[in-house]
Amino acid sequence: MASSEADVLDRLGSGLRALGAWIDDRFPMTKLIKEHATEYYASKNFNVWYGFGILATFVLVLQLVTGIFLTMNYKPAAADAFASVEYIMRDVNWGWLIRYLHSTGASAFFIVVYLHMFRGLLYGSYKKPRELVWIIGMFIYLCLMAEGFFGYLLPWGNMSYWGAQVIVSLFGSIPVVGNGLSEWIRGDFFISDITLNRFFAFHVIAVPLMLVMLVVVHIMALHEVGSNNPDGIEIKEHKGPDGKPIDGVAFHPYHTSKDLVIIIVFLIAFAAVVFFAPDMGGYFLEHANFEPANQLQTPPEIAPVWYFTPFYAMLRAVPNKLAGVVLMGTAVLLPFFLPWLDRCRVKSIRYRGTVYKVALMVFAVSFIGLGYCGLQKPTEMVYLFCRIFTILYFAFFVLMPFYSRHEKTKPVPTRVTP
Amino acid sequence: MRIAVIAFVLSLGLAGAAFAQEGAKLEPANNNIANVGSLQRGAKYFVNYCLGCHSAKYVRYNRMAQDLQITEKQLVENLMFTGERPFDTMANAMRPADATRWFGRPPPDLSLMARARGADYIYTFLHSFYAAPNRPTGVDNIVLPGTAMPHVLWKLQGVQHAKFTTDAEHGGAQVFEGFESVRSGDLSAEEYDNVVRDIVNFLDYIGEPIKMQRQQLGIRVIGFLLVFLLIAYMLKREIWKDVH
Amino acid sequence: MAPLVKGCSVAESTGFTRRHFLTVATLVTGGAGVVGTAVPFVSSFNPSARAQALGGPVQFDISKLERGALAKVEWRGRPIYIVHRTEEMLASLGKDEALLRDPTSKESAQPSYATNEHRSLRPEFLVLEGVCTHLGCAPLPRFEVAPADLGPNWPGGFFCPCHGSRFDLAGRVFQGVPAPLNLPVPAYRFVNDNTLLIGSDTGNS
Repeated sequence: MASSEADVLDRLGSGLRALGAWIDDRFPMTKLIKEHATEYYASKNFNVWYGFGILATFVLVLQLVTGIFLTMNYKPAAADAFASVEYIMRDVNWGWLIRYLHSTGASAFFIVVYLHMFRGLLYGSYKKPRELVWIIGMFIYLCLMAEGFFGYLLPWGNMSYWGAQVIVSLFGSIPVVGNGLSEWIRGDFFISDITLNRFFAFHVIAVPLMLVMLVVVHIMALHEVGSNNPDGIEIKEHKGPDGKPIDGVAFHPYHTSKDLVIIIVFLIAFAAVVFFAPDMGGYFLEHANFEPANQLQTPPEIAPVWYFTPFYAMLRAVPNKLAGVVLMGTAVLLPFFLPWLDRCRVKSIRYRGTVYKVALMVFAVSFIGLGYCGLQKPTEMVYLFCRIFTILYFAFFVLMPFYSRHEKTKPVPTRVTP
Repeated sequence: MRIAVIAFVLSLGLAGAAFAQEGAKLEPANNNIANVGSLQRGAKYFVNYCLGCHSAKYVRYNRMAQDLQITEKQLVENLMFTGERPFDTMANAMRPADATRWFGRPPPDLSLMARARGADYIYTFLHSFYAAPNRPTGVDNIVLPGTAMPHVLWKLQGVQHAKFTTDAEHGGAQVFEGFESVRSGDLSAEEYDNVVRDIVNFLDYIGEPIKMQRQQLGIRVIGFLLVFLLIAYMLKREIWKDVH
Repeated sequence: MAPLVKGCSVAESTGFTRRHFLTVATLVTGGAGVVGTAVPFVSSFNPSARAQALGGPVQFDISKLERGALAKVEWRGRPIYIVHRTEEMLASLGKDEALLRDPTSKESAQPSYATNEHRSLRPEFLVLEGVCTHLGCAPLPRFEVAPADLGPNWPGGFFCPCHGSRFDLAGRVFQGVPAPLNLPVPAYRFVNDNTLLIGSDTGNS
């Protein structure tokens, strides 16, 4: 009995190997698995900050799957959209769960991506040779903002409506072409059924397609140059006799087993929100969005959804429409140039000078502060803080070539520290 | 990591110190959607007092009956008066055109009112009608001044006046001081509170009928994830033994 | 995987066994998690509360239906045929049984109260789903006896235009046609003398 079982297993094993060889002759399956998993070496001293990349990928998949299922019941028409969302929430089996996963996933995506980007700032992951990885990452971030903006209109609640109204109006501030551009984006003289329909197309087809392609390119570029690490040194420079980096461990099974733990911890926090606070006190699902879109009445307290508020606060800081829009646009684009703004040769914050540590902390405070100010009712105090934080935000980037050039850095070790 | 935490705490502290929150004073509703008795009473009040003008067009009668532990027979006999079928939604018979003629605009659908405005808002709103003879409905409301809604529950609550004082410092603005009962209703103040609480509770429930099941499922999901975390963490430790 | 299994049976080192066990435990737990997550997604394809509401029972007033006439009612997107059969029509049912494929409706789909010679609750009222058991077309009512196109043996009944399947006046299928079974009978009951309820045979609504 036992011998025949082993026999079956053996035959199954050799059958699978034959199938694998057959595929390998026609498609580089084994080669890809080796390159990106079993023989992709990444530093063994990754800390928690290095988990947000895999989390972002995980959330992307979550959003794609839940999004596909939502489109099966959602209707992208002004007359039906709001009711179809309630139909999903109440009548579709488990529709409420799928929708909450998607709405919470949107906020989670931004949290994870913001932390992922901050990791880059901490450990100099944008520096040579990873400039392209960073720039592609910035394009992913732009796509994500577009995705969030288009998706936010779809529930057709009153906040959706007025949020889209405000953001589309931003384009109207551009001289000469502005008004025409706003009309072109809307396809109408106001945010209408036509606008909703095209935003739907962007949200479910165009932008996700771009997003997925960019993520693939991002990972390919990363695996070409290799992952950075908390010490900011290149593990490829110290290889063992077998030609493998001594300080690196294979992505699979080492980093995969670690990432699984990180994903589960994330899921626990994520489930806590989905099941116990899907509104998140009005930050993930805003109260005013439970009223259908009303062209005649702006919600009394209107603010964009939280992940846009840092930039929205900059808009508030400037008492001139065009200047505000230009400032906001510049703020989004500035990080693209980070690889060349930073003149310091040392990558990791561990060995960088006090000046960068202080600058980064001030930057983080002002970014969070801007986000907070963007959510508050506009008062003089809020405007004041918006201005201070905006200046600090810009100073971090604009002054970087000067303060980073003559930084008093600490000696960088040649091998990674445990 | 340290930097991030410090930055986060610092910015919250700064911002928190700079802006103290102010807002309309709302009385807490203290309702509990787990209280099925309260929900059943709330459903009855809702059908009798609210559904004449307001709809709850996303709520299905049979789903509501199931969640409120009412049999289909009880549902048809006590809560359905206009020949709907049990699987119909709680629409109302009023035509929008008529509603606009009578009230100026159609009364809003109440399916999501508790999610849009909060239970406390509705609770306070239903307590804040006061006699205003110059208005077409004879009443006004502190929470929503100029509301087109008449005080449907006035027989239960009685009639109250609102006391205002004039704030000389701020250009003579009228400041609301409190209510003064001028005619008592069929119910005592406490009984009225309970009726309103039941209505608010029902509205809270229909705002998200799945809420209770959602939380119950959440506990199971997180429990499963904790077990999974333990196993995955042990595996990670085991695999990483090779490295150190 | 093969070497893992062999090593396990030999039990060379405790660490190896432990790793093997934990790998399997993680895969099994993770697999259970994935399956558990898939359940809501798969189940979201089932008819929603609205679909079930729209697919709820339908009422029909039979007092206006003349003898020998047919009425069509839509229920769950299908045509439901209601025929008020005449005495002659009922009498014809007993004569053609030798030509039928399933004369006693043993194989076919109908509620127990319609598993009789006239396939109905009340003999004179026939209630059928107008869905051919071959490929789902709606058979045409052809109640005239022996018309030119259907031949001298046609006792009156239903003729499917798609592939020529033939059914008698109780929806029973004839031999020698593509349809395998009799036309199905939906659940129904009489709420009162004049009101037929299609789609439900229990409850009080």
